[in-house]
Amino acid sequence: MSSSDFEHEVKLSLTVNGRRYTRTVEPRMLLADFLRHELGLTGTHVGCEHGVCGACTVQFDGEPARSCLTFAVQAQGHAISTVESLAGGPGKLSVLQEAFRECHGLQCGYCTPGILMTMQAYLAQHPDPTEAEVREALSGNLCRCTGYQHIVDAVLLAAKNLRAGAAA
Amino acid sequence: MKPAPFRYAAAQSLEHALALKAEAGEEARFLAGGQSLIPAMNFRLAQPAMLIDLNPLDDLDYITVDNGALRIGARTRYSRVEHCAEVARWQPLLAEVLPNIAHPQIRNRGTLCGNLSNADPASELPAVMLAAGARMHAHSAGGDRWIAAADFFINLFETALQPDEMLVEIELPALPARSGTCFIEVARRPGDYAMAGVAASLTLDANGRCGSASIALCNAGPTPMAAAAAAQLLIGGVLDAEAIAAAAAQAQEEVEPNGNVHCTADYQRHLAGVLTRRALTSAAARARQGTSA
Ligand SMILES: Cc1cc2nc3c(=O)[nH]c(=O)nc-3n(C[C@H](O)[C@H](O)[C@H](O)COP(=O)(O)OP(=O)(O)OC[C@H]3O[C@@H](n4cnc5c(N)ncnc54)[C@H](O)[C@@H]3O)c2cc1C
Ligand code: FES
Ligand code: FES
Repeated sequence: MSSSDFEHEVKLSLTVNGRRYTRTVEPRMLLADFLRHELGLTGTHVGCEHGVCGACTVQFDGEPARSCLTFAVQAQGHAISTVESLAGGPGKLSVLQEAFRECHGLQCGYCTPGILMTMQAYLAQHPDPTEAEVREALSGNLCRCTGYQHIVDAVLLAAKNLRAGAAA
Repeated sequence: MKPAPFRYAAAQSLEHALALKAEAGEEARFLAGGQSLIPAMNFRLAQPAMLIDLNPLDDLDYITVDNGALRIGARTRYSRVEHCAEVARWQPLLAEVLPNIAHPQIRNRGTLCGNLSNADPASELPAVMLAAGARMHAHSAGGDRWIAAADFFINLFETALQPDEMLVEIELPALPARSGTCFIEVARRPGDYAMAGVAASLTLDANGRCGSASIALCNAGPTPMAAAAAAQLLIGGVLDAEAIAAAAAQAQEEVEPNGNVHCTADYQRHLAGVLTRRALTSAAARARQGTSA
């Protein structure tokens, strides 16, 4: 227990999208930058870097969190999921992604990964939300293109399709 | 922007965290949810030389209820408290405020103790602690002490915590029988900081008159602002529309809002009056129903 407990570099082991990685990082590296620059997972977008826009949202042990407000070293021993984990494979889309395609829930797509990682977790816990509830659940994600209506439509369609899939 | 370099230590135990802080003093900061500290570091408004990460301290992630009194540990995140049925039952004021604090993604990481240590007067939570009469449990390598919420918030981003102290838990006292509470705010969007917000807690005496009252406002001055004179006006009286309107007018006199990009100080003062009236009206109705939420 001494000042030597404070490290300049940390050996980090974590799971991303089910795969284990080990890297040595500076403590100041943000999780968003780690995912993009160290692992090449550029689906996670970086907008504001202060928690407001939601573009960088990933799932930390299954719960949506800002990867711009988390240091990579904090993911030691934890499991991170990014947008790259959603689709079943090349050329495939998840039910939620398919609904976004169907409803034109994106234009430039900058906000989309963060919204998908937020709403995928939300729908898992709230299978039958109202439109107002969907809008509230989206309040932590900014979109400069769509005006939100088509995103709301997409989430409601995904909820319906997921319920139908669960019932089938 | 990116944070400036710093040295990092993952706390292995509370004792370890306190020993590191005792040694490093003001050069080191605790890292809790990181939802205020990391944005400040990204902007280089904060450049701590060292961080002591509290996130590994699983044993500080707790909510305990003892005869209606609630204790919450330093690692307990907002979302856990927000979804806890015991909190809703025994401390409805806390349950009511949490959905107003930031967005779900932020609440999945942020902690109550981190919020209170940050002492942002714009935050809803310090005002709720004042209205609830909460106590803060501070520890250092040398010992521990309890600090009343009324003595904890000293100034803008300044608390009574000493450089070697950590806020380890908070305690909200049990609500007496015949109590009613309410938190209400006006914000631009759900999850934004409020332009103004009011926390109120009322307890009726056996005759249905006001036995005790507390009112606290956020974003209304350099600290959470207790409207003590407004609360005093209510004591011993009947909680009717007239009494509540008088208290709301008094609360409006007690606040010192600064205005910000979203609203002028005049508008905040106006809101302080309107929201105090509404918060007291519903807290009184809830106290009469015998349900506090
Ligand atoms: C987009 C966005 C919107 C937000 N909106 C709101 C809002 O509407 N209302 C609101 O209240 N907040 C809001 N916040 C802030 C959020 O609530 C933070 O989680 C909270 O202010 C700080 O808690 P934390 O656990 O994240 O602490 P951290 O950011 O980790 O720490 C904050 C400060 O407290 C110190 N500290 C932390 N824990 C302790 C401890 N146990 N003992 C001593 N010192 C400690 C740290 O060293 C640091 O100086 C928002 C944040 C973001 C990013
Ligand atoms: S980049 Fe993280 S919230 Fe904007
Ligand atoms: S689609 Fe462009 S920001 Fe949302």
